[in-house]
Amino acid sequence: MRAQPKWVNVVVPLAIALAVLIGWEAWVRIAEIPAYVIPAPSLVWSTLISDWPTLWPSLLVTLKITFLSLLLAVAGGVALAFLFSLSPWVELSLVPFAVVLQVTPIIAIAPLILIYAPNTLTALLICAWIVAFFPILSNTTVGLRSVDRNLDDLFSLYGASRWQRLRFLLAPSALPYFLAGLKIAGGLSLIGTVVAEYAAGTSGKESGLAYRILEASFRLNTPRMFAALVLVALTGILIYFLFNGISRLLLRKWHESELDASR
Amino acid sequence: MESLIELRRVGKTFANGTQALAGMSLSIEQGEFVSLLGPSGCGKSTVLRMIAGLAEPSSGEIVGGAGKGARRDAHDIGFVFQEPTLMPWAPVLDNVMLPLKLKREPPGAAREQVGQALAMVGLEKFARSYPRELSGGMKMRVSIARALITRPKLLLMDEPFAALDEMTRLKLNDDLLRLWQEFGLTIVFVTHSVYESVYLSSRVVVMAARPGRVVADEKIDAPYPRDEEFRLSPAYAAACRRVSQALHGAAAPAEAM
Repeated sequence: MRAQPKWVNVVVPLAIALAVLIGWEAWVRIAEIPAYVIPAPSLVWSTLISDWPTLWPSLLVTLKITFLSLLLAVAGGVALAFLFSLSPWVELSLVPFAVVLQVTPIIAIAPLILIYAPNTLTALLICAWIVAFFPILSNTTVGLRSVDRNLDDLFSLYGASRWQRLRFLLAPSALPYFLAGLKIAGGLSLIGTVVAEYAAGTSGKESGLAYRILEASFRLNTPRMFAALVLVALTGILIYFLFNGISRLLLRKWHESELDASR
Repeated sequence: MESLIELRRVGKTFANGTQALAGMSLSIEQGEFVSLLGPSGCGKSTVLRMIAGLAEPSSGEIVGGAGKGARRDAHDIGFVFQEPTLMPWAPVLDNVMLPLKLKREPPGAAREQVGQALAMVGLEKFARSYPRELSGGMKMRVSIARALITRPKLLLMDEPFAALDEMTRLKLNDDLLRLWQEFGLTIVFVTHSVYESVYLSSRVVVMAARPGRVVADEKIDAPYPRDEEFRLSPAYAAACRRVSQALHGAAAPAEAM
């Protein structure tokens, strides 16, 4: 593609989105489609505002579980990856479990977890964690294996301690891979949370956005379903930009993946 | 002359059964510039790695190396790889400082030494640059500065200029000779270029493959400093022919196999 001014990259998608919204609004009004089938964007917006007292706490619950599970996934995935790099025996014995957890659809395991977990919050966390931790583990493991052999020799030559090797060689070498894993895991932790909320179906104080969608669907409150959906989507977008930004910030000076394209 | 490194009937067989080196003996004296010249697979890189203590001989012994049970501190050895082998995430300054950092030297003194080392290779203005911003030749200079920062007695170089263009290589050859003389270094230089080895070395050790062994040991008598004049001299041409013949004589039986 030819080089364009920067504002084009922002304005074009925005204009298209606006056009779609206007078209949608017009179509719903002209065809007189009932709100319980497809609500107009204006109605979704006003529902979002009127139902905010219900939706806001649910958003917080979903956010809390998403980020908490992601945090645990990062801690667990990175720790396990380092353990793998230290001992092939640990890797040999634990990889099958990690793979089984990864390939089994979370929606199929969720009911079991709900039985065994002491409370719903823990169950939700476990579900989201299972989904999010694998990309962190596998990416970090690959990263730790991608250390430049010659650099490794250099560290040996100067008698580097285990800790120095970890801090100055292994960690920076694995960083780009870890961050790629984090980008995937960020989105997955939200998906895991939403799926787990569906399976749990809890009401009350600890109910997230997914439960609001479920609840609204029982009542045929389609505008509220859309409003909650908008919040879920916005959360996903927020997570995407957050981790892209972090990755860019940490790698832009040296890693090919984040170098300025203009160079 | 004092012998700095001595290989006594050193053999190396890899785990897969490949015999990289068979009973090689070699004595390297203080202040020499020795090139190990030979076809790929003759074990010349293995010799360097064993001297540096990165690999252990399967038989024989190396006196004065950094291997198992050696008294020599790794401080005394600098190593330059074929690739610049820089940490892409760190600016030039931190790359050159790495050996001192791993040795836990105080940062203040270390920083000063980095400045001196960079000045030696003419890169004092690039301390804050990242490796990706440098050309191939500049990266190799950084790599040399890093190897010299501990003020080693012995510099081991594994085909350091093989990946560079001709112009850059010639320039770096001259710079290397200057550093060698200035610091009274002993250099063991692995190469597969006859011309490079003759131009640089006080001594060229020609090796043959399968199994790796020494087939000729040629003194290059021309005086230092050497320059373009030497490259055009009959003495240079004669030395190149001698070394070249030794190399081809060594390669012939292997080709007949």
